[in-house]
Amino acid sequence: MTTVNTDSNGTAYASHFESAEHEYKTSKEGVWLFLATEILMFGGLFVAYAIFKNLYPDIFLEGSRSLNKWLGGFNTVVLLTSSLTMALSINYLQSGDRRKAQINLWLTLLCACCFMVVKYFEYQHKIHVGTLPNNFFNAELLTEGIPKNVAMFYGLYFVMTGLHGLHVLVGMGLIYWLILRNKRGDFTPYKYTAVEGVGLYWHLVDLIWIYLFPLMYLVT
Amino acid sequence: MDKHHITPRVTYYKVFGALIVLTIVTVVASLPQFDVGHLNTFIAMLIATAKASLVVWWFMHQNHEGHLNRLIFVSGFVFLLIFFGLTAADLFTRTDFYDLNYGSQKE
Repeated sequence: MTTVNTDSNGTAYASHFESAEHEYKTSKEGVWLFLATEILMFGGLFVAYAIFKNLYPDIFLEGSRSLNKWLGGFNTVVLLTSSLTMALSINYLQSGDRRKAQINLWLTLLCACCFMVVKYFEYQHKIHVGTLPNNFFNAELLTEGIPKNVAMFYGLYFVMTGLHGLHVLVGMGLIYWLILRNKRGDFTPYKYTAVEGVGLYWHLVDLIWIYLFPLMYLVT
Repeated sequence: MDKHHITPRVTYYKVFGALIVLTIVTVVASLPQFDVGHLNTFIAMLIATAKASLVVWWFMHQNHEGHLNRLIFVSGFVFLLIFFGLTAADLFTRTDFYDLNYGSQKE
């Protein structure tokens, strides 16, 4: 059970910290450490991508051409918007405007939903056409000159965008948790640590997509 | 906690605008008219890094962070660089003497 201290602003903080500010700084540091691990996790997949693209450039050219870059671009804009609304919600909490913060949290959640809906349609089309990873690949290769092993691209595509999509889903859950807590009045201009933490995570999800988009959709 | 420096909302809108512009640049740079061969991926990554820097500096508040949090974040990329570097050092110095599927398969 944590004992709780209260500082001069009326903010509660766990007593093993020197002050509420100390707790806030420590929490942020923890999140940054976690983000560093996420960079390495996705980084491993990016290294795999780099290796195979260098060895088999045709596969990536062909695979990328089968993706709809306008849907990808739209999703990029959607995630960038969600990053903006996330940053705005923290700004409004800092200024004490809980209502506008709540609206922006809902907008962030809406953008995330929109992203997943587009992803759903993209995946559905691929399953329908049969461009699936590796030994599940059963698409009709209509054009001449398509490399035999183009299924490898789809392996990387589904794993990388799939793992990213999972992160979006987790993010949606976290944002909804923030919405509930904000409704309850948990956040003040002196205590919004959780929103900052989830915000950092959400910006990372956006960052990863910023790199995924050109590598998957825009190979030329 | 203490009062923290609040980034003005206008700044966020400006950063967002820059991000959208860079996204358009990314897509335009991938069109056939701007094909520069092997440089394509490198340029795409350069633009992506520019976008990422904007997000990290302004949206993730790295502009207000202390040295430790900056170091933690950068260290992720440093280790990633080592990951790429050593892998590339292996892969691209393979010769047919040692084979191990040296070079690209032209089947």
